[in-house]
Amino acid sequence: MNPDSTSRPISFSFLVQIILIANSFIMLYPVVVMVFSAFKGTAEIFEHPFAVPDFTQVQNFSRVLGETSMPTYFVNSIVVTGISIVLIIVLGTMAGYAIARYESRTNTFILLFFLAGLMLPLKLAVIPLFILLRDLGLLDTRWSLIVTYTAIGLPSAVFIMAGFLRSLPSELEDAARIDGASEPRIMWSVMLPLALPPMAIAAIQNAVPIWNDFFFPLVFIQTDAYKTLPQGLTTFMGEFTTDWGMLFAGLTIAAAPITLLYIALSRQFIQGMTAGAVK
Amino acid sequence: MPVSPHQARTLRHRTWVAFLVVPPIAFMSLFVVYPILSAFAYAFYEWRGLARGEFVGLANFNEVLFGATMAPVVWNAFSHNVQALIALMIIQNGGGFLLAWLLYKEPFGFRFHRVAVFVPVVLSTIIVGFLWKLFLNPNFGLVNQALFSLGLGSLAKPWLGDPSTALGALILANAWHFIGFPTVVYLAGMQRIPTDIIEAARLDGTSEWQLLKNIVWPLVAPSTTILFTLLFIGAFNWFEIPYVMAGLDGSPFGNTDVLGLVFYRTAFGNQSASIQNFGQGSALATLIFLFIVVFASMLTLWLRRREIQL
Repeated sequence: MNPDSTSRPISFSFLVQIILIANSFIMLYPVVVMVFSAFKGTAEIFEHPFAVPDFTQVQNFSRVLGETSMPTYFVNSIVVTGISIVLIIVLGTMAGYAIARYESRTNTFILLFFLAGLMLPLKLAVIPLFILLRDLGLLDTRWSLIVTYTAIGLPSAVFIMAGFLRSLPSELEDAARIDGASEPRIMWSVMLPLALPPMAIAAIQNAVPIWNDFFFPLVFIQTDAYKTLPQGLTTFMGEFTTDWGMLFAGLTIAAAPITLLYIALSRQFIQGMTAGAVK
Repeated sequence: MPVSPHQARTLRHRTWVAFLVVPPIAFMSLFVVYPILSAFAYAFYEWRGLARGEFVGLANFNEVLFGATMAPVVWNAFSHNVQALIALMIIQNGGGFLLAWLLYKEPFGFRFHRVAVFVPVVLSTIIVGFLWKLFLNPNFGLVNQALFSLGLGSLAKPWLGDPSTALGALILANAWHFIGFPTVVYLAGMQRIPTDIIEAARLDGTSEWQLLKNIVWPLVAPSTTILFTLLFIGAFNWFEIPYVMAGLDGSPFGNTDVLGLVFYRTAFGNQSASIQNFGQGSALATLIFLFIVVFASMLTLWLRRREIQL
């Protein structure tokens, strides 16, 4: 042992602190500046970019909410994300339940079928999807996004639900079956009430990418009234290019709901968003 | 024909199972399987706008890979995807690994730092792209303003307008957005290492570096496999950050052009030249797809074998 070894851990943990604080600063400061700038006029942003603003100056926010289509984009995002998540959970639970609870020769095939869906990036099939949606009359409607997101999210929900439902003991089912409960009744009243946590994981895992998606609206949606937030944001940013106060207010409003939700539910968010990568 | 109670029960059971599995499978077949299979077929046809024309064999593939107008653009974009992949493997995944190791030690405030590093991950790429575009503005952007106020004004640059820095700026914006993801995944991987292994190594007087290199890194190999595969797929699908920060043409002068932008321009046209070519677009998508599938499976197999060896 050299004489240095007693002092080394202290300086080392000091270094760890420096790196972590610097990193968190880099992660958070841009977000803080975005919010600060939203309370400033353009001239003030240019002259005092780092200054703390007067938080009573909310003109930018009232203009974004009152004079632009931002509220419409907002509602569209909520509708599209909400319906997609409900469809993903319902269809995913149906398939996952059948795979997990009923022995069948076709189960492996069905699981592989959904596994393939998990691996294939649907982005690259956007041309045929575009033509299919046009033929179905869904192009340039919110449904074009809902069916696409459901198709993308369904495989992961099937896996999460099947994995969880398989782990439930069969005694539960058998007891209900002896009592004469029908299969739908067993599923609905006995098994599914236990499966709410994995449903929440599957919902968060899919809701964040759906809420944030930009590519499919860009291709499918032309009408301003059907645009979701990320796509609407590009329209908005193009309209107000020189009004930086408005730009930052728009970005802040777009970022606020998911950021606040994340701060309130950070554990669930981290768990849900990394569910595919952490076993 | 009389139906026995047993038969009736099996029939009812079969109907119930079919009710559960048929709708999800039908949905996937219509909106995933059918489009992906058609994507391959479309590449072999000539297209006039939205109408399918003659069967042209491999002509579209030939134009994309070797044609005078498409090929230089495609290969230029491909080289940028490769650069982004390599840079992000080092900055994003490598940086994430180091951050995870620091958080794993559970120093003072580690819960706060873990939440902080994941904040940008939940934001939309569009928000991240616009935010950094404003910060990198040559005259009024936060980055150059900070350099001036620190007396480093000579370093200020039009970051997104200078061909030598534009791609790098996009890569750094992407790393800022996503570094929290590998951090959290690696952290979970490290927390699964039995603590007695690490404590035993510490008692043996193993240095920090040796511990990291010989014990932690090999034991988080499953996380590495999945993170590198995801990054690989992400890097060759890269679209939003370049689209928002550099525009549909990969300005300046194609220095930030990537395959995703080339595909979008080819298939859906752009403002300056609204030509749509679904044939060549499908051919390019098919090639990107095959490239990702072949290399991602090779990469996964290689990393899996590495997991066992380590």
